[in-house]
Amino acid sequence: MTAPSRATLPGTAALAILAIIVGGAFAGLIAEGARDLPSAFAAFDPYLLRIARFTLWQALLSTVVSVLPAIFVARALSRRPDFPGRRLLLALFAVPLALPAIVAALGVLALLGRAGLVAEPLTALTGARWQGIYGLSGILIAHAFFNLPLATRLLLAALDTVPNDRWRLASQLGFSPWATFRIVEWPVLRAALPSVAGLVFMLCVTSFTIVLILGGGPRATTLEVAIYQALRFDFAPARAVALVAVQIALTLAIVLVLKRAGADLAPDANIGMTARRPSLRGWRAKIADALPILAAMLFVVAPMAAIVIAGLRADLARLAADPAVHAATVTSLKLAALAACFTLALAFCLVRARQRLEARRSGRSPGLLERAMDTGAGFVLVIPPIVVGAGWFILLRHTGNVLNYAAPMVVAVNAVMALPFALRILRPAHDAAAARYDRLSVSLGMSTLDRLRFIDWPLLRRPLATAFAFAMALSLGDLGVIALFGSDAVQTLPYLLLSRMGAYRTEDAAGIALFLALLTLILMLASEWAGRKQA
Amino acid sequence: MIFALELNDIRFAYPGGSEMIFDLSVPAGEIVGLLGASGSGKSTLLHLVAGFEEPQSGMIRIAGDDVTRLDPARRAVSMVFQENNLFHHLSVADNVGLGRSPSLRLTEADRADISKALADVGLAGKEDRRPDALSGGERQRAALARALVRRHPLLLLDEPFASLGPALRTEMVELVRSLQTRTGMTIVFVTHAPEDARALADRIIFLEDGRIAADGPVETFYGPDAPAEFTAYVGRSPFV
Repeated sequence: MTAPSRATLPGTAALAILAIIVGGAFAGLIAEGARDLPSAFAAFDPYLLRIARFTLWQALLSTVVSVLPAIFVARALSRRPDFPGRRLLLALFAVPLALPAIVAALGVLALLGRAGLVAEPLTALTGARWQGIYGLSGILIAHAFFNLPLATRLLLAALDTVPNDRWRLASQLGFSPWATFRIVEWPVLRAALPSVAGLVFMLCVTSFTIVLILGGGPRATTLEVAIYQALRFDFAPARAVALVAVQIALTLAIVLVLKRAGADLAPDANIGMTARRPSLRGWRAKIADALPILAAMLFVVAPMAAIVIAGLRADLARLAADPAVHAATVTSLKLAALAACFTLALAFCLVRARQRLEARRSGRSPGLLERAMDTGAGFVLVIPPIVVGAGWFILLRHTGNVLNYAAPMVVAVNAVMALPFALRILRPAHDAAAARYDRLSVSLGMSTLDRLRFIDWPLLRRPLATAFAFAMALSLGDLGVIALFGSDAVQTLPYLLLSRMGAYRTEDAAGIALFLALLTLILMLASEWAGRKQA
Repeated sequence: MIFALELNDIRFAYPGGSEMIFDLSVPAGEIVGLLGASGSGKSTLLHLVAGFEEPQSGMIRIAGDDVTRLDPARRAVSMVFQENNLFHHLSVADNVGLGRSPSLRLTEADRADISKALADVGLAGKEDRRPDALSGGERQRAALARALVRRHPLLLLDEPFASLGPALRTEMVELVRSLQTRTGMTIVFVTHAPEDARALADRIIFLEDGRIAADGPVETFYGPDAPAEFTAYVGRSPFV
């Protein structure tokens, strides 16, 4: 391996920072485990086993209820390339992913909770008092709200890869809908399913906020929520270490199994729609397609509508004058902006250094450093923020008040969390620019600064803006790290929302949720807009 | 006289595109080569005949029957595309069998026909192969075999040789010619290569901007009286 040169030094430094953030967390966990080995071992009790089992069970069920219907919805959408409102519907399907998990959980409660919008009609209909959905059913619905649209979009993208001539051939050979499914659609769906189901399963195994809010009591608790409870309520670091160890072992095992199955776990932020598939004729086929599409639309729109309705019922004027809301908004925006800047800096250094290394080796197989900058950096996605936060929480508690570190922890961990997405957005644009202008800029004798001014900045401005808005939205809505480190001194909007819910101030919570949803949606739209202009 | 194919004042435009107008008739047993620059409407013409696109107005007849509003499956045509003619998870025999029954319910007689069609295109004994194990030329032969078992009188070829090398193209041109002689099919094919058109076609139709710019026997196109539009497109052809 070559020593880091001037060109790859920033990238190596970025990699080192990543290693410190993730490695520090592990150091804290290992030190705590070693310090109190008997307690850590004692924590592996039937309770932990039950939590681990529930974590997997709810993720499995969530995957089934998200992906199975998505197959039918994607197929129906694929069969109807030209119905009015199709683009709008697909845009709508992108919204749940942009919503903070805590807002979505609140939307599900506002709709189906004990005092939800449908509670009255359901009580009147069944005669029995509607108890609201908590526990497993609530978790499944919320997970499906996120992942059904995601799975639909991914499967639709897979169906769109079928060459147009295939559809023409199928229609010329007179395939029945069943034959078309079996011969044309199912092969591409089957190829995409391991990735899609794997991604959804992974998201559900590491889902924290949904389970925290909708899961109830020891019967519906996952590892991540148990980690949080062990640190914040029971103050049992040894137990937390045991829980984290199980969580990491589980995630790693799942990733390995899925890689074996040929799944690609890297998330894709945007999906193109190009197919020119002949639309099916006949009213029977029309109804068969309209049903899954309408059902999915209702399923996605209803919680969003509930967020808006419940939010507007809140005393918004009072909330707008509430100093706690002001403080949380300012803190949230500041921390999210800092985290986004940090993400961009890390991403840019990594992308640049990786491309340099690739250019220098000219065709030989990539070295360790390059691979670390490539797949290694993307790998942080499978390390849940709660785990990193928990490690640092345990490490830092010896230094006095651990809650003093809230701000830097939120910035660092959220930045790392957004890094894989930023890499995905930046790398293609950067590498394309480098392939085009590298030799030219060298032959003109441009300095690094000249390059930044005349090549990188003009060409990467838009992808950088896309990544910045995306990272900021992601950080703004996150409840993971702040749930561990938050206090009255440092509150973000999701944390404030959580504490208002905990204090049974449901109306306030709904109002804040609406505000938070609007903030993240604006950022996501800005990200989309910046991304579209560059294309 | 009943033509194998007739397009009467067919008008068609893609969303936002300019209008194309096609008016032509093809007698049974003729081999017609469609030539023209990219975007001149060659493939669109085939898609209209096959029913993948619906014209805004006009009438299409196949063997005298009005098929203008019929589903693709109900038109007596077969089509071979440049690529993607075969389903990769099905065997060669099954791919050909789809031409007989889309649900692959095949009788013994059907299976015999499939084997014969495969032998006719030079793929005898390759029934159980997967398309991945075939060369590009062999895949196109399998697609032709499927067209044979469909027994439709009209065959449309959309740049069927475009991804093949020169030697294979010559072979394929000869194969299509001999199949036509044996079955008497009418063939309309799209090509970018003037030499393919010269070797295979009886008649050339040259398209420009969605209109028929020139139409005549192949000898005229490759002789001293070639239409000006065609000469401009081909350049100084070695054939002239």
